[in-house]
Amino acid sequence: MTSYNKIIIPLLSVFIFCIFWEWLVWINGWPNYKMASPSDLWPAFWKFRWLFLSYGWDTLWRTMVGLSLSVFVGVGFGIIMGFSKTMRIALYPLLVGFNAIPKATVVPVIALMFVGFHDMNTILIVIFISFFPIAVSISIGLSTLEPEYKDILLSLGATKFEIFYKIALPKTLPEFFGALKVSVTLAFIGTNLMEIIEPHGKGLGHLFDSGKISADYPLMFAVLIALAVLGIFLYYIVVLFENIFAGWAERN
Amino acid sequence: MHIELRNVSHEFELETGFLPVLENLSFSIPKGKFTAIVGPSGCGKSTITRLVSGLIKSKKGEVFISNEIVNSPRSTVGMAFQNPVLLEWRNILDNVILPLEIVSKSMNRVEKTKRARELLSLVGLAEFEKSRPSELSGGMKQRASLCRSLVHKPEVLILDEPFGALDAFTREDLWQTMLTLKKQESFTCILITHDLREAIFLADEVLVLSGRPATLQFQLETKLGDNRKLDDLYTNETTKSLSILRKQIEIAQKHK
Repeated sequence: MTSYNKIIIPLLSVFIFCIFWEWLVWINGWPNYKMASPSDLWPAFWKFRWLFLSYGWDTLWRTMVGLSLSVFVGVGFGIIMGFSKTMRIALYPLLVGFNAIPKATVVPVIALMFVGFHDMNTILIVIFISFFPIAVSISIGLSTLEPEYKDILLSLGATKFEIFYKIALPKTLPEFFGALKVSVTLAFIGTNLMEIIEPHGKGLGHLFDSGKISADYPLMFAVLIALAVLGIFLYYIVVLFENIFAGWAERN
Repeated sequence: MHIELRNVSHEFELETGFLPVLENLSFSIPKGKFTAIVGPSGCGKSTITRLVSGLIKSKKGEVFISNEIVNSPRSTVGMAFQNPVLLEWRNILDNVILPLEIVSKSMNRVEKTKRARELLSLVGLAEFEKSRPSELSGGMKQRASLCRSLVHKPEVLILDEPFGALDAFTREDLWQTMLTLKKQESFTCILITHDLREAIFLADEVLVLSGRPATLQFQLETKLGDNRKLDDLYTNETTKSLSILRKQIEIAQKHK
């Protein structure tokens, strides 16, 4: 596939989707307090353009910081569980249980625990919601390393650390990036949960909440679209890194 | 390097108890010689490779490499397996260089590359040094794996059925590659194999192990000399050796 097609086809699919959406609203005669249409969105964007820029940035940096930290947390748990069977058995039920708790219920707890630390609270929720796929993928990648891979280096007297960074780590990278793609989208859910629920915060979640209070439906939809755009943006940044560091895993 | 196993016994711990795999096994391989080990499946041949490479320690008896007891892995050993286990994220050249990154840290990149290229051209992979392992055929992967096992000039080369998964023609090609390497590089070699013709064609001596727990059952010296050709496999003398080995394997299987 040519790189030209790789850009044109996704743009075209987005365009067709918008046309379909516009048509759906028009054919049903929905007023915009019931369902906003794409043509309502641009005025909303334009009216609040400065808020979108500054709040969008809030949401983006909180998500990115949270995601980076969740990589550390996830990789840390993954390494511990990947190398020690005992730790794997010990930690899995705890992690699965923690992950099964709906994060929307954790948000008020965190918000009350650290009142006023809005950035930190948001980042915490991002970590909570997005580290799990990373931890699982790294632990599976490490624990399923074929013994022969280790034997090549072990038989030369390599240290455990050498085996880790020469073989185990690069071999796990494709799984890691697969998990990171899931985590990126989860991270935005985390950011917005906190931004919507906790008062006096900034960020797109807060803007959404304002839209809700003033029954400004086009604004609410515009926020959702902005979030989708940020999500796509971050997702493709991960894809870029994946191509650089784990491009070898893709076969032609 | 002279390799010697003296009264080696080994067993695996299972949940149901102990499974003896080697019993009172003794043999020695003189420096620079090529020894093939054959025996019924599951008789403990691979355990021997792990003992000699120092990856595991025997329960009883000792393994010596040039009169030193083997307790732990040593950088003077090279290994190749049935699975070539090349690293997918490295090209062929960097795969071959890998052992040098562990054992010759002081060597600079240029020297490492030079040494790796020397071996790659010996096995006919010179043009493929920039290829990814996934772009190579099974036989080519195994050639690269052989280069990797020899790149750090090991004194002992341990081959655990490296040609086992290849088709018959590729296998014969690889046998000849192996002979080329044997002429160019100096190493003492242990080859584990299921293929009696391969054992006779490559080795100076063939050891037959009994069924599990394995012990040395039979020894046969091959007399093909230094300039062997595939045609040597079809002489009367080789046919006779083959039939002797086959009988020995039959006995070993019954013994099991």
